[in-house]
Amino acid sequence: MKTTQLIDALVQDQATRSPPVATVCAVALVPAVVTATVLFMMALGPRPDIAAAAETPRFLFKFVVAFGLTVTALALLPRLAQPGRDLRGRGRVLLLAPLLLAGAVATELILLPAAEWWPRLVGRNLAVCLVSIPALSLAPLAALLVALRHGAPTAPGVAGAVAGLAAGGIGATLYAAHCTDDSPLFVATWYTLAVALVVVAGAAIGRRVLRW
Amino acid sequence: MQDREDEWAALMRAANVGDPAAYRRLLQGLAPVLRSIVRRGFARVGMTSAGEVEDVVQEALLAIHIKRHTWDPSAPIGPWVAAIARNKLIDNLRRRKQGVEVPIEEVADSLPDGAKGEELSGREIDRLLAVLSEGQRAVVRAVSVEGASIQETARRLGMSDGAVRVALHRGLKALAARFGRVGE
Repeated sequence: MKTTQLIDALVQDQATRSPPVATVCAVALVPAVVTATVLFMMALGPRPDIAAAAETPRFLFKFVVAFGLTVTALALLPRLAQPGRDLRGRGRVLLLAPLLLAGAVATELILLPAAEWWPRLVGRNLAVCLVSIPALSLAPLAALLVALRHGAPTAPGVAGAVAGLAAGGIGATLYAAHCTDDSPLFVATWYTLAVALVVVAGAAIGRRVLRW
Repeated sequence: MQDREDEWAALMRAANVGDPAAYRRLLQGLAPVLRSIVRRGFARVGMTSAGEVEDVVQEALLAIHIKRHTWDPSAPIGPWVAAIARNKLIDNLRRRKQGVEVPIEEVADSLPDGAKGEELSGREIDRLLAVLSEGQRAVVRAVSVEGASIQETARRLGMSDGAVRVALHRGLKALAARFGRVGE
């Protein structure tokens, strides 16, 4: 087939215009977040003393970090599915949540006597944390990967990893409502590890399914 | 060269609101530029086969078409075209198992080749037509190789215009997805 003949065919294919990737991500996330929330309510549910906990800064800070991570990763994601987008400087937005967390850890180390550090870091529920956050992230990760396939990520592994970061953030935000370990020492260790698992999964799957 | 990119962006915007003549001019303008990018990429690894160059040009044109919604009208169009061309070029070279570094270049650096390219053919796309369903293959062939319009194709194949449009769109999408993956 001659290239001019291919162009003839392309010009005649005036199918309905596809929506931008950001729109597709947003639409795909709605059922995924609903699914994750239902799963959360059925399997875990909010901690019994959530009303009292909501008045403590340590508990609230977990949501700030987890939700901040979600928002920053989601803000970056559509650009990763647009070829030729200049990302220099944009990636730095992902440092926001880790920096906030680092600041909270430093504050915690100052506030607590050294003997308290280790028990707070180990906490009570680390196994539940490591299983729950990835489990709650599954539906959002799948939705974001499907949405990215609609785009054209030139670095499939990176796009998958950032999708994992966003999905992990959603899982962590939900789990934070159940978790009774509120110390930034716990969050910085176990939440980070749990989210990292989702990131690695996102990168590995992305590399396979996001080629185009 | 900025003028040329401004023109492409204007043509793409016009195409996005349903101007087929603008879209045709855009694709006709992009083809020689893609050809030049691919030819240089091939030359760098010591390959000169014109037929294989045209395979990558056609793969890139299909990708530009299928993924045209990934160009943000507020962003420059040159880097978008260059990134797609580079992606397809690297894929193609990788399939040949030659680990090659293709440096990022500005599209603006790529001067179009002469008009002789107009008659160049790709071979891979003909092989790929075989993987389409019978209906899709008939429609794609009629609209491309035989130069028929949607309406003529519909009459010839005894289908509705709408069915021809759907078959054409699905057929092109399948071609874009299968490029370079036959036999995998």
